[in-house]
Amino acid sequence: MNDTTQLPVGPRPVRDRRGAATAAPPQPPPAARRRPRSEQWAAWGFLTPVIIYLVVFYAYPLYRNIDLSLRNYTVRSFVQGDAPFTGLANYQKVLDDPTFVPALLHTVVFTTVSLVFQYSIGLALAVFFIRHFPLSATLRALFLVPWLLPLIVSGSTWSWMLNSDSGVVNAALHAVGIGQVDWLTSPAWSLASVTVANIWIGVPFNLVVLYSGLQSIPESLYEAASLDGAGAWQRFRHVTFPLLRPVSAITLLLGLIYTLKVFDIIWIMTKGGPNDSSTTLATWSYHLGFGSLLPAFGPGAAVGNLLVLTALGFGLIYIRLQRRQDSA
Amino acid sequence: MTAQRPTGSAWWKTAIGVLLTAVMLFPVYWMVNVSFTRDKDMRKSPPNLFPTHGTLEGYRAVLDQQLPYLGTSLVIGLGTVALTVLLAAPAGYALAKLRPRGGGLLNFVLLAAQMVPGIIMAMGFYAIYLNLGMLQSVLGLIVADSTLAVPFAVLIFTAFMSGIPGELLQAAKTDGAGQLRTFWSIVLPMSRNAVVTVSLFAFLWAWSDFVFASTLDGGGGQQPITLGIYHYIGNNNQQWNAIMATAVVASLPAALVLVLAQRYVAAGVTTGAVKD
Repeated sequence: MNDTTQLPVGPRPVRDRRGAATAAPPQPPPAARRRPRSEQWAAWGFLTPVIIYLVVFYAYPLYRNIDLSLRNYTVRSFVQGDAPFTGLANYQKVLDDPTFVPALLHTVVFTTVSLVFQYSIGLALAVFFIRHFPLSATLRALFLVPWLLPLIVSGSTWSWMLNSDSGVVNAALHAVGIGQVDWLTSPAWSLASVTVANIWIGVPFNLVVLYSGLQSIPESLYEAASLDGAGAWQRFRHVTFPLLRPVSAITLLLGLIYTLKVFDIIWIMTKGGPNDSSTTLATWSYHLGFGSLLPAFGPGAAVGNLLVLTALGFGLIYIRLQRRQDSA
Repeated sequence: MTAQRPTGSAWWKTAIGVLLTAVMLFPVYWMVNVSFTRDKDMRKSPPNLFPTHGTLEGYRAVLDQQLPYLGTSLVIGLGTVALTVLLAAPAGYALAKLRPRGGGLLNFVLLAAQMVPGIIMAMGFYAIYLNLGMLQSVLGLIVADSTLAVPFAVLIFTAFMSGIPGELLQAAKTDGAGQLRTFWSIVLPMSRNAVVTVSLFAFLWAWSDFVFASTLDGGGGQQPITLGIYHYIGNNNQQWNAIMATAVVASLPAALVLVLAQRYVAAGVTTGAVKD
């Protein structure tokens, strides 16, 4: 019963770095103390509620979702519980659906473009705000606002700003001589519009995490680089960026997992339309399950499960990275 | 705060910083601006950049129609906070200080749980609640919303409680305190910051939740404010000042959090995501 082998692999404390719990060694150190049996019992006593919770409120819904995807469900068979088992038919149906390929493509475009802009804007802002100047802390705090707002609020605000006739964006474009753009109601622009709103929401997260990454780069490295005659850009390229790589990797991966599941903002702004032009896997799944009078729970759950598989795949990479960083 | 670059023209940087912040916060400003705009100015082209003929009719509409929604959201938010802290704080203590066998696996499960898309959870919950007759109930939403926060909360508590010196717990033990007492009288009071961080996030997430609300509570008698706004837009896309006024009011918790507890938010984001 060697307690140091089961250390938490989770995130480490920001404020406190002492104690064995923050350093997860791959091999147990020789002097590891044994935990008395009573402590083991106490530990499980403290953990039991959360374990029951995880089983009942995570594992069981996930199981129900898999079950849903393998049967032919209607609202009636939901209540009676007699939906016929149809194997992978729902998955087949989903893959053959004309919406599948566009939804997948939109998901990839939405995610990639969001990530690229969120990360680069977040990094540029972090580099800017790491210098201390009057008000820098206050302004940096204000940047958190978009991230803290309820998505329904951001979504409706962006909807109104992008409104074809009366939106402030078109008014501004009009002032520089560009005609009306139907941001949310034309298939050509809907995906771009929801992506812009999503980038706006995601920048603060990238800023905060990258900022904390920048803080851990020792000042002496910059001084040395300056003495060697490196300019600002060279310091960024040869000091900041390489040293930030582990943090960047984790930021991007987390961003990827979050963005894959983005649903609210798209649904609120365009409902995935017009003509599925801004449908992603997440909104499609919701649309199938809840978005119409004739719910297709089975196919909806099937799309959802494909999404879970993707997210978990990247999640595993995230956990590996996190672990490697912890033991480094 | 180690990275002190040379600060030459500091005010010049402040000016750029203010400009960047203004650009970033323009949508927020616009929401406030529209919330004060008169109906007849709403479709003006170009729109008024300031609420020159400001009106409070939007806010009057909020008071008339949205108060019950706000109340429901408050109840749901507080319930979610209570449930989350109740479940997560003891678990964090066990993982950080008692380190049971299998704790690593549990941590792994918690991390993975955060990657499950909300829409999937919603569908599973819908199936379960339908059978239990728990659709359209506040309790059902509290339970569902807590799934947004519990894994994160356990991780935060674990990270934070790892920093409590073991000697303190040892001393309590020597004085004859049992585990429960140690947890209650020493660990929990010392973890106040973690409790605050977790509560903030649990509340904000529950307050902002739209996915669970719209799937599990559609058409119910007690709906949260997110649905209030959503229906408002659906039924009434003329009165944008009222919609935006509701949005402003619904944003107040976020604003309060930012003003009162900004450092907890930053700490929560970074602890939840990466090591320093």
